[in-house]
Amino acid sequence: MKPIVTIPEKYRPTIDHEACIRCKKCIKACSYGALEFKDDKVKVAKGCVACVRCVFECPTDAIIVNELPKQFAPHAVFSPEIRRSLISQANSGGVLLSSCGANAEYMDIFNDILLDAAQVTNPSIDPLREPVETKTYLGRRPGKVVVDDNGKIDLDASETPIVIMDMPIMIGHISLGSISYNAQAALFRAATQLNILAGTGEGGLHNDFYPMAKNLCAEVASGRFGVTSHYLKEVSCVDIKIGQGAKPGHGGHLPGEKVQKLISETRMIPLGTDALSPYPHHDIYSIEDLQQLISVLKESTEYKVPVGVKIAAVHNVGAIASGIVRAGADFLTIDGLRGGTGSAPRVIRDHAGMPIEIAVSAVDQRLEQEGLRDKVTLCASGSIRTAADMIKCIALGADVVGVCTSAMIAMGCTVCQQCHRGACSWGIATQKPELTSRLDIEIATQRIVNMFHAWNEELKEILGAMGIDSVESLVGNRDRLRYIGPNPRIAEILDVKHSGEGWG
Amino acid sequence: MDRDYLQPATLSCPQASRVFAEQSYVVEIPDCHKPRMGSCGIAGCINIDGSLISGSKIEKMITTMSERENGLGSGFVAYGLFPDFAEEYCMQFLFESEEAQAETEELLSHWVYMIKDEKVPTFPQRSMTPPFPLVWRYFVRPKKGTEVYIRTGLNEEDYMVRLVMSINETIPGSCCVSSGKDMAVFKGSGYAREIAKFYDISRYKGNMWLSHSRFPTNSPGWWAGSHPISILDWSVCHNGEITSYGVNRKLVEMAGYKCTLLTDSEVVTYLWDLMVRRHRLPVTATAFAMAPWYYKDIERLPDNERRLANQLRITYKEAFLNGPFSILVGRSDPVTMIALADRKKLRPLVMGVSADGNSVYAASEECAIKSVQPDAEIWATRAGNPAIVKVGEGIVRRGTEDPFLGAI
Amino acid sequence: MSKEVETMMIDAGHRNDLGHPLDYRELNRLIREAICAGEERLVLMNVIGQRYIASATSNPNTRIEIHGTPGNDLGAFLNGGTIEVFGNAQDVTANTMNDGMIIVHGNSGDITGLAARGGTLLVKGNSGYRVGIHIKEFEGVGVKLVIGGFVNDYLGEYMAGGTILILGQGVEDSPVGLHVGAGMHGGRIYVRGPVEKHQLGPGACLAEMNDKDFKTVDTLIDQYEKAFSVEIDRSIEYSKIIPLDSRPFRGHYDSTTI
Repeated sequence: MKPIVTIPEKYRPTIDHEACIRCKKCIKACSYGALEFKDDKVKVAKGCVACVRCVFECPTDAIIVNELPKQFAPHAVFSPEIRRSLISQANSGGVLLSSCGANAEYMDIFNDILLDAAQVTNPSIDPLREPVETKTYLGRRPGKVVVDDNGKIDLDASETPIVIMDMPIMIGHISLGSISYNAQAALFRAATQLNILAGTGEGGLHNDFYPMAKNLCAEVASGRFGVTSHYLKEVSCVDIKIGQGAKPGHGGHLPGEKVQKLISETRMIPLGTDALSPYPHHDIYSIEDLQQLISVLKESTEYKVPVGVKIAAVHNVGAIASGIVRAGADFLTIDGLRGGTGSAPRVIRDHAGMPIEIAVSAVDQRLEQEGLRDKVTLCASGSIRTAADMIKCIALGADVVGVCTSAMIAMGCTVCQQCHRGACSWGIATQKPELTSRLDIEIATQRIVNMFHAWNEELKEILGAMGIDSVESLVGNRDRLRYIGPNPRIAEILDVKHSGEGWG
Repeated sequence: MDRDYLQPATLSCPQASRVFAEQSYVVEIPDCHKPRMGSCGIAGCINIDGSLISGSKIEKMITTMSERENGLGSGFVAYGLFPDFAEEYCMQFLFESEEAQAETEELLSHWVYMIKDEKVPTFPQRSMTPPFPLVWRYFVRPKKGTEVYIRTGLNEEDYMVRLVMSINETIPGSCCVSSGKDMAVFKGSGYAREIAKFYDISRYKGNMWLSHSRFPTNSPGWWAGSHPISILDWSVCHNGEITSYGVNRKLVEMAGYKCTLLTDSEVVTYLWDLMVRRHRLPVTATAFAMAPWYYKDIERLPDNERRLANQLRITYKEAFLNGPFSILVGRSDPVTMIALADRKKLRPLVMGVSADGNSVYAASEECAIKSVQPDAEIWATRAGNPAIVKVGEGIVRRGTEDPFLGAI
Repeated sequence: MSKEVETMMIDAGHRNDLGHPLDYRELNRLIREAICAGEERLVLMNVIGQRYIASATSNPNTRIEIHGTPGNDLGAFLNGGTIEVFGNAQDVTANTMNDGMIIVHGNSGDITGLAARGGTLLVKGNSGYRVGIHIKEFEGVGVKLVIGGFVNDYLGEYMAGGTILILGQGVEDSPVGLHVGAGMHGGRIYVRGPVEKHQLGPGACLAEMNDKDFKTVDTLIDQYEKAFSVEIDRSIEYSKIIPLDSRPFRGHYDSTTI
């Protein structure tokens, strides 16, 4: 007999049988088998994850998904979640997996930061009638332009490889494999239409997507999946992935059942085997080795594209960032601990790293102290949920923000945290053909475009209100932020004044 | 406190300039009310043939615009002032006390040869609020070849910048207000006419004058934070508020300047020194970086100019002065006046030239020019486009030309 | 009539004013320009530590001879052509190689063949730690690594496909170190000589050689003999190492909704 204890259900759909027209759309919609048709009625089975696909599908609004009572006696220390996880581990002996970003409220600092606006001493700007610029560059900057002995500017000697974007937004790295072909197609098309960047993720680049390569940033992760000279040379920039905010210090693991023909072709690995990304890059055991990988990528792309490095925000992030810039990175991405993932050990996802707000400010300050900040583009990601988060993150020090989860939500994702199970009912984080076909590329593209367009308009509104007419004048402009949270020490570390403090 | 305008924590905080604000020359300034911004008046005049202009002329210009000030700061800078000491750096100081002066002189003795020093005559006005600073001027030469000099590893000018920064940062009650050759800054807390009388500006003659009167909106003014703000032979009079100050300060601090004067205008001065003197950028390119064209307009430029425009925006995005401003910038060798307004033209700036073509003026308002040169022909520069006038050369740019004439 | 192939010589030991040998950027630029101009046979003399030589080279007709000691990342992302080193190669040779051939008439350093998925690497002598780490195969074609002497620990770690052959020349006992095939989930490792079970890493196991294996090994040894003009005694017994499973850590995780 197996030592299995059933864990109480967490969610339960309720069917209004009066309203229900027995169309069975909900049953088809549920990829977790939580609904069944019995005795001429829709009945509730086990396994509901609150993805709410059934709610959206139901033509008569006959379904409500409820969170069930915790089923455990209240206890201030052993929360129901802790008890559930312990029971589950006693069942399986396994490392608990989860997905999406860290699920712990106390880590949010964006909500404790307020923005400034112009009153009297300088004019606010109406972005609908006067220009407010959001064009953003990604790549290494030369620090100064080269002037020859005759006092003329030498352009050839001054220019460096640079990527131009119309918004300070990059859709983060989400690999084909962690999401479906349709989902990645929609992200890439949206990036192309918006003229921003999208990351390929570590799974290589499908042949169909090469025409959009000018808006793509190719990731080189420790697994080197699909990394060929062609891949490196076609895209507009190359990103070395050292770490991910959701799982700092951890590798990647795409289970074999997801490695079907499409994934196998793109990653260039055998069908059905696990796609494992080693925890470290095995050619990088130290900072000078990172310099080696940066250099070989620059050699291989003939110095035509910027080469960046992406790390998870960890405690010593400032010093690490400065080392990375000194090692030759043209841009640097810091991924905070609330960043998303298609699959990560829960223990790492919820307990390792640091919030992006603190990390981006720490890195910006450190690079400034070392005189490096005007040489490098700083990207920040890790739960940039809304335009407000984006604006605060830029003011804390980021040139560009990376966004993933919000783009997925635009496509349909409801953040039910089941990506690692590969049964995404919205056709996003799955490779099952009957599910992936649910995601219409055209519609998803348009929805992502709409959302980021709105963000950019909101960015302009805020910039205008601050009396700033171009986004670069907001980057690291912490003067324009104030802290209103519970812990003034955080304000100090962020280098942001407390609300109520004036200019001087 | 004041961390905004001071150094990152590791670079140690200045105590010096604070003293002026807190203790001596302004009544009751709470810590949280350090001056920062101003809506002010600016005026400048220059004689192309290098002939000398009496200080009473600039005094008349600036006081004509009395509606623009509120008595919390004013200042003047004159070029071509010391023909007998044109090769020495003239370091002009405001001292809070004799101790501060002694400490400063002790430091100076290690860094520079003292060629001459003199008390700057001052005439406190009854309407002004005491106490008043000691004003002293030293003509100096760097002690080249000494251990101090060699250890810095700097060239002569950067060495002088380091010296000024180090005094302003570390000696309480001592502020070096100008440090260039053949020029000096006269400034303080008060109305323009009070400051003019305090220094008896009419006793000086120079081939170029710039002036500023202040209307600091958020807080009272103080002596060292008045304009012009100067380093080496650069001086800047600034009208406006820089909404990108936090960004601009980064660039100059990374380059080794210390922002100790607690005013956003300070970064403008250091940016000019950094970009034109140290990076050797043409003035037009520097002005473009500070007040760049919109990207959609850059698209219309011819190939090379478009490349340059984009490169300047990429490379010097921290030098972009966002928000409303008009500035007058002076420097010597040859004596040059640069007038520049922001790219949205949110602050006023007019230019004028006398009928004989020899005297050129810049001011916030036309009345300032007409008060001293009734026959002046008046024109306006374009937003973000610098007018440049040089002694011996004339009006090099009217501020209405192509952006990069001669830069590439 | 066969075309006469011209040889282009580059002296990488040429010292500049400061006495430094040719910078790798300069050397690699010269190589790229030569290939671009149609040169097919390049000889690099006095190479001394210059890194990234011939990285991302794609032309299958290119042949680069290297005399001296090339630096790290030799032939990274190689996609075609032949590189022959008369001397030793340093670390990370054939990083993420996709196609082409690298022949080393000497030893190679650590992490040789990292993440390679195609092409052939022949090393006459020994090699270091983590050889063939995370090598792969795709559509039935995988990278082939042949090391003439011995290798150190972590041979074929994370291996997802491809073929490694260790010939163990001049070695009395086992020519491989510890943790062989740790996390291996594809491909095959042949060792000419004994391998004990304790030398294997998690996920790897020993298996019997079959006819197909002998054929594969014979073909590789033929290539080796031809490249280095030596003869290999084929009578010594082989050890074969394969993955236990293509999904080595299947049971390690728990997906329950908490």
